[in-house]
Amino acid sequence: MEQLLEILHGLHPEVDFETNDRLIDDRIIDSFDIVSLVSDISETFDVTIPVEEIIPENFNSAKALYSLIERLIEEE
Amino acid sequence: MLFTSYSFFLFLAVLAILYYLIPAKFRWMLLLIASLSFYAFSGPGYLLFILATALTTFYTGLKLDALQRTSSEYIKQKKEELSIEERKAYKERMKKRQRLWLVLCMVINFGILAVLKYSDFTIININTLLDVFKVDGKLPLLGFVLPLGISFYTFQTMGYIIDVYRGKYPCERNFPRLLLFISFFPQLVQGPISRYDDLKETLYSGSGFVTRNISYGLQRMLWGYFKKLVIADRLFVAVSTIIRNPGEYQGVFVLCGMFLYAIELYADFTGGIDIALGVAQIFGIKLKENFQRPYFSKSITEYWRRWHITLGTWFRDYMFYPISVSKPMQNLSRKGRKTLGDTMGKRLPVYIATLVVWFTTGIWHGAAWNFIVWGLLNAVVILISQECIPLYNKFHSRFKVRDAFWYRLFQVVRTFWLMSFLRTFDCYMNVGLTFRMYGTILTKWNLPELFQGGKALFGLSPADYIVFAAGAALMLFVSLRSRAESFRDILARRPLIVRYAVYFALIIAILLFGAYGPGYDSSQFIYSRF
Repeated sequence: MEQLLEILHGLHPEVDFETNDRLIDDRIIDSFDIVSLVSDISETFDVTIPVEEIIPENFNSAKALYSLIERLIEEE
Repeated sequence: MLFTSYSFFLFLAVLAILYYLIPAKFRWMLLLIASLSFYAFSGPGYLLFILATALTTFYTGLKLDALQRTSSEYIKQKKEELSIEERKAYKERMKKRQRLWLVLCMVINFGILAVLKYSDFTIININTLLDVFKVDGKLPLLGFVLPLGISFYTFQTMGYIIDVYRGKYPCERNFPRLLLFISFFPQLVQGPISRYDDLKETLYSGSGFVTRNISYGLQRMLWGYFKKLVIADRLFVAVSTIIRNPGEYQGVFVLCGMFLYAIELYADFTGGIDIALGVAQIFGIKLKENFQRPYFSKSITEYWRRWHITLGTWFRDYMFYPISVSKPMQNLSRKGRKTLGDTMGKRLPVYIATLVVWFTTGIWHGAAWNFIVWGLLNAVVILISQECIPLYNKFHSRFKVRDAFWYRLFQVVRTFWLMSFLRTFDCYMNVGLTFRMYGTILTKWNLPELFQGGKALFGLSPADYIVFAAGAALMLFVSLRSRAESFRDILARRPLIVRYAVYFALIIAILLFGAYGPGYDSSQFIYSRF
């Protein structure tokens, strides 16, 4: 989780990613950020986020995103 | 059958009465018959194209579903026997087979669209090249006519099949039901581009008679007709006068044409969508909103989130993400980070995907270079503004103007101006001419001519401008009031007499000032030609 928060803070230092759970709904992160995130996550966690997983529910909070990463690692 | 024709009103009235007379379980079937009849009005032969798309997509859906079931059942059965690697390899093999079916379906359906829409454009370009290289002989043009709504229903259908491939929802196993999803008549002319999982709930349920659905649907249609017939069709005359006489209308007149076209297009497209959504609501069916007060956007990226939303999200979900997060792009990004630096490397997939998406958006709008240039210029502006974000942030932290009304107004006006400027390519339909006309804005200082009447009225009378100004003011007022809630909800709280006065005034305005009736061809919707 620490590593993920670091990645997210790198994108938007002004956002409190630990509490915010409306990252997509409130347009805090946009499609350009998502592509960057997918790339960073792939580098850091050695896991590929498939395109069908790019849905608001998975990117609305750091927690949801971390759960996705854990699930993908498990599936792989 | 145009939305603005008398036959459409008759068609709709008969259909609505029948819809609520028959049992709920048969209502979707009636809608299917009505949709196919509506389609047949545009040319019975065109039914073949939409049927071909529906059939190939239906069959592919079944194949994908069967492969997905086989795959998950096999994995379940052999869970203990297979190693993780073997399971992965099997899944990959099955995914590959599914991908083959998906690609085949996409090739067929985008192929139909491409052949019908882009053959002549390709031939014209080949002939130009033959001319350049002084090769004798020219390829003849094929002169295909585009079936109604093909760009819209092809995208909608391909969105459905990609979702089935991705396992977002199971395929539709009933062909007539899928055919209704593809051919539902209100969305055929110019969208919105629906998603199957959004639409299926209300499309097949055979909604009961709800007075609110009828009244809200009719109100929305009325508002759509007002925008289309009173504002857009009036401005059509002025805009056509300006762009068809580029020798006469230069300099300040180009600016006038630019802004008048922006208003015409807004009234035309949002009016058409209002009619489509209103018609669907009469049957208790909820189509996706396609606009969110786009001319109040403060940046071009925000504008594209709020204008033609269903097309924008289609490109985002089915083209932008698949390209930008694909393995080749991620590998390119990795290489880019090593050679070009971390920031640039990370942005490579975004740049490439954005350019591809906007090239396609351009060519989706029409088989002509002006649309391609328009699309690519949008991409360039979006990427430049993306690159300028750190600069904007610095500016905003140095000067605390972000929340000031005048600054927000400046941002809105700037975005409106920029979008109108880019859209001029859509007006002149010729890249060279558009650039020449842009040039005259700077070289031809003819502001006084604007106040000399005659030529400066662009084929309209002063009375037309009074009607236009009143209509545009009303449109602005409704837009401003709809910020927090739907204007129909606001209106619903007013006393009965006020509500009926408003409906009556709108009907009178449409009857007195609208351009309508049989044989009135110019009232075709601008987006229906895309």
